Amino acid sequence: MTSYQSVMARKNEIMKKAVGIDYDRFEVEGCAFDYERMMREVGYSLDEIKTIQRATRVGQTPLIELRNINRLIQQISPSGKGGRIFLKDEAVNPSGSFKDRRASVSVYQAAKMGYKGVIAATSGNYGAAVASQAAKFGLKCIIVQETFDSRFVGQPEIVEKARACEAYGAEVVQLSVGPELFYYFLVLLEETQYFNASLYTPFGIAGIETLGSEIGEQMKTLTGDYPDYVVVTHAGGGNLTGTARGLKRVGAQRTKFIAASVDLRTLHMASDIDFNRKSFTTGHTGFGIPFAVFPDRSDVPRNAARPLRYMDRYLTITQGEVFYTTEMLAQLEGLQRGPAGNTSLCAAIALARKVPSGTTLVVQETEYTGAGKCPTAQLTFAKSNGIEVSYGHRTDSVPGKNILIPRSPEELGYDEADMDALRASYIKQVIKQYQKTRFSETEKAFLQEDCRIDRPTLEHLIEKD
Amino acid sequence: MPQTANKGAWVKISNTVLKVGERAPNIPEETAKVPLIMHLNGFLLSDEARLGDCVSIETLSGRKVSGDLIEINPRYTHSFGEFIPELGEVGPRLRKELERKEES
Repeated sequence: MTSYQSVMARKNEIMKKAVGIDYDRFEVEGCAFDYERMMREVGYSLDEIKTIQRATRVGQTPLIELRNINRLIQQISPSGKGGRIFLKDEAVNPSGSFKDRRASVSVYQAAKMGYKGVIAATSGNYGAAVASQAAKFGLKCIIVQETFDSRFVGQPEIVEKARACEAYGAEVVQLSVGPELFYYFLVLLEETQYFNASLYTPFGIAGIETLGSEIGEQMKTLTGDYPDYVVVTHAGGGNLTGTARGLKRVGAQRTKFIAASVDLRTLHMASDIDFNRKSFTTGHTGFGIPFAVFPDRSDVPRNAARPLRYMDRYLTITQGEVFYTTEMLAQLEGLQRGPAGNTSLCAAIALARKVPSGTTLVVQETEYTGAGKCPTAQLTFAKSNGIEVSYGHRTDSVPGKNILIPRSPEELGYDEADMDALRASYIKQVIKQYQKTRFSETEKAFLQEDCRIDRPTLEHLIEKD
Repeated sequence: MPQTANKGAWVKISNTVLKVGERAPNIPEETAKVPLIMHLNGFLLSDEARLGDCVSIETLSGRKVSGDLIEINPRYTHSFGEFIPELGEVGPRLRKELERKEES
C-alpha cells in the first residue's frame, strides 16, 4: 500500500532501515534520550572525520579577514566600537558549500554499510553535496526537491540546484509545493532500499564539527585566540550545532554562537501562493524557528541538530539587506558568493558596529553562486511575482510584499529574537508531543540541557502551560 | 521544441503523486485544492512517443517510472536575471564611501 496514510503509518520502520541506526538504544525515559551517547557511538571522532573528508578533498577551507569591509565597519562605528570580521570560505568545497562536510560522512557511512544508493530530501546545496559525494563513491543518488508551485513556476535558486545535482549524475525528483514531500520521500526509500542521507543524523552533524575545529585552529594562528563570536546562518540547526561542537572540542569555551536568519515570518511555508513570494529558500525563519523549538520534527526519530543547546543569540535580518551584503562582498572583497550563505555576514556587519574594537567575529560559511542563485536572478524573479523591489529601510520590509535595498551600510541592522520565548516554545512543544505536564527527574535534567535553562525556569515554563 | 521522441531520448515526464482530496490534513487551502505533481527526467524507454503520451523512462538512478511526456530534450533556462538598478549602485557607492572616509 502506498496511500498517504499507510506510508506515513510505516514512517518509523522505513526510517530505521534507511539509516541503519537503532535510535531506541538511546532512549532513556519519556522525552529524554542520551544525546551525547548517540553522538559518541554513532558518529565519528574528529580525526576519523578529517580522514574521511580529506579523501574527497572536503574541508580545510581558507579563513580570511575581510579587510576592506572591516575598514568600512571602523569608519561607520561609534568611537571605541567596530569588530573584525573573518570569513570561512566554504564555497571552495567540491560542490560549493559547507554541505559537502555533512554529505561526505553520510555517503561514506552508506557505502561502508553496503547501501547501493543514497536519497536526500532537500531543495538546497545539500542535494548537490550528496550527489557529488555519491559520484565519488560510485553510489546511485536520488534528490527529492520541492521545486515549483501549481503553475509549474520554479524558484530559480532551486532549479539551479536541480541542474547541479543532475550534473553530478543524480536523479532529481521535482515536486510541487507541500509537506507531503516527506511522504514521497518515504515511498522512494521503501522502493529503492537506499540510505537516507538525512541532514539530521549524527553523521551529518559530525561532518560539520571539522568546520568548527578548523575555525578554532585558524583563528588561533591568525589572532592568537579563539573568536569572540561565530555567526551562523541558521535554518535546520545542523550548521550551528556542528560548528559549536567542533569549536568546543578544540577548547573554545568562551566563544558565543550567534544564529542569523532572514525573517520570513509572515509567509506560510506550505502555501502554494507564498512559495514564490519569497526570495530565500533556506537560511530563513521558516526553518530556523520550528527546528530550534522542535528539533525532532525532522526525518529521523532523534535529531542530532539541537541548536538551543548552543545558541547564545538569534538575530533576524531582511532579504534586501542580504542582497546588499552580497554586492558588498563581491565589490569590496572580490568574492562573488551566493546570497543565502551571506545571511550570517549581513548580521555580522550590523553586530560588528556595536561591539568593542578588536572583538573578533567569524562568519562561518560562504556558498557558490551562479545562474538562478545570485541577487539579479532572484530579484528579477521576485519582481515577476509582483514583489516590489526598491530602496528602503529594513523597518519597512514586508516579506512577500517588498524587498528593500539599503542605501548605505549604516542601514544594515538586525532584530533580536527573544531566546526566552524560543525556550518557552520548546517546552510547549514537548508538552504537546508527550501530552503531559508531569516530568520525571531524568526528563527534567534532559529538558534543561536541551534548551539550556535552570530548574526554576523549567518549572515555571511547565506550570505556565 | 520537438513533438516526438525516439527510444533513448532525454525527456521529462509528469505524474500526479496525490490528487486533491488525498493530500495531507492541515495544509493551507490554496495548497489543498491543487494536486501534488512530480516532474522527472530520464531516458525514453518506448520506441517512439509524442508529447502527451503516457511513457516509461529510465532515470539517472536506473529506476523505471511512467508518466505523461511533457518535454523532449528538457533544458534549464534559469539565468542571471535582469539589471536591477538598486543593486547596480551598491558597489560604486560603497567604494566611494570607503575612499571618501579614508581621505577625511
